[in-house]
Amino acid sequence: MYVIIVGAGKVGLNLARELIDKGHEVTLLESDRRRYLVVEEELEHVVQYGDATELWVLERAGIQRGDLVVAVTGDDEDNMLVCQVAKEKYECERVIARVNNPRNLQHFKLLGVQPVVSATDLILRLIEHEVPRYGLVHLLALEEERLEIIELEVQAGAPAAGLRVADVRLPEGSLVISVLRAGRGFVPTPDTIVEAGDQVLLVLDAGLEEQITPVFSYAE
Amino acid sequence: MFVLIVGAGRVGSAVAKRALAEGHEVSVLDEDPLSHERLEEIDGQTWEDAGGLFTVGTALEVDALIEAGVQRADVFIASTDGDNTNLTVAQVAQRRFGVGNVVCRVMDPARAAWYAEQGLRTISPTRHAIEMFEQALGLGS
Repeated sequence: MYVIIVGAGKVGLNLARELIDKGHEVTLLESDRRRYLVVEEELEHVVQYGDATELWVLERAGIQRGDLVVAVTGDDEDNMLVCQVAKEKYECERVIARVNNPRNLQHFKLLGVQPVVSATDLILRLIEHEVPRYGLVHLLALEEERLEIIELEVQAGAPAAGLRVADVRLPEGSLVISVLRAGRGFVPTPDTIVEAGDQVLLVLDAGLEEQITPVFSYAE
Repeated sequence: MFVLIVGAGRVGSAVAKRALAEGHEVSVLDEDPLSHERLEEIDGQTWEDAGGLFTVGTALEVDALIEAGVQRADVFIASTDGDNTNLTVAQVAQRRFGVGNVVCRVMDPARAAWYAEQGLRTISPTRHAIEMFEQALGLGS
């Protein structure tokens, strides 16, 4: 399969690696010169420099023979329009778009771009599955009232490192909803030990970040 | 006529002032409150005193579009400095809100041409500049 990936950020780069590993042909497009040069050291000719919303950039990447276009930049308009053009102009049958702001989901649908992947939606679905009923209602209500989900890396020597999740002292209005460790993500139990190097996802009331960051960072 | 202009840069604000001066209802939407300064001084009056509307908001936010009056717009002009924003909101205005006359600024001539084929009215300043330079050089005559 020939796959064109737009956006060589963390998502795009890792996706490219995985697909290449699985034996697919991949072209990765990146519009930021500096990022392109970084990625180019690893992926060489697989990555091309250019703004994929410009038609000639897509054509240079061989969109005419593309089996799949995946748009995963941090910009929803870019993702939307790249996929629209891929489908409608170049008759690429399959597209996948990343939605950064869930409120833009309606625009993707309007332009006929699907399927879409939204990290926020995935995590909210995870919460629905894993958080007790009482908490669930509360959290979903908060969505309208400035709820935030943040990701933090646990530094060695941080107050939280080595503690059970239940013993981590978090301000009221925040909750650890997911731990990413060694490339895997899981939903912690109260007994899960927080380790240095973990990425933790927290859901919190807007404005609490400043109280939460010190818990997971090491202060000299 | 009710004209909604998204993006009050040099182009958007100039068109807005002219449309208001000629007696149309004009609403301007821009994410930068300071862009309002470009709308000052219509015959010595402020924009609001002259009857103009101004909303601060992001064009992709449907609430902002509605607040700015997209539901009753006869004409929708997408003139922000971003092609992708313009193309997206213009299609939202056309398809979702059924605005009859949608005009969209697209710097990239290739996409301006393709979207025009799809039924969107696009204006490409780059295309015009190319044509004028070609004329100045006497090319193709």
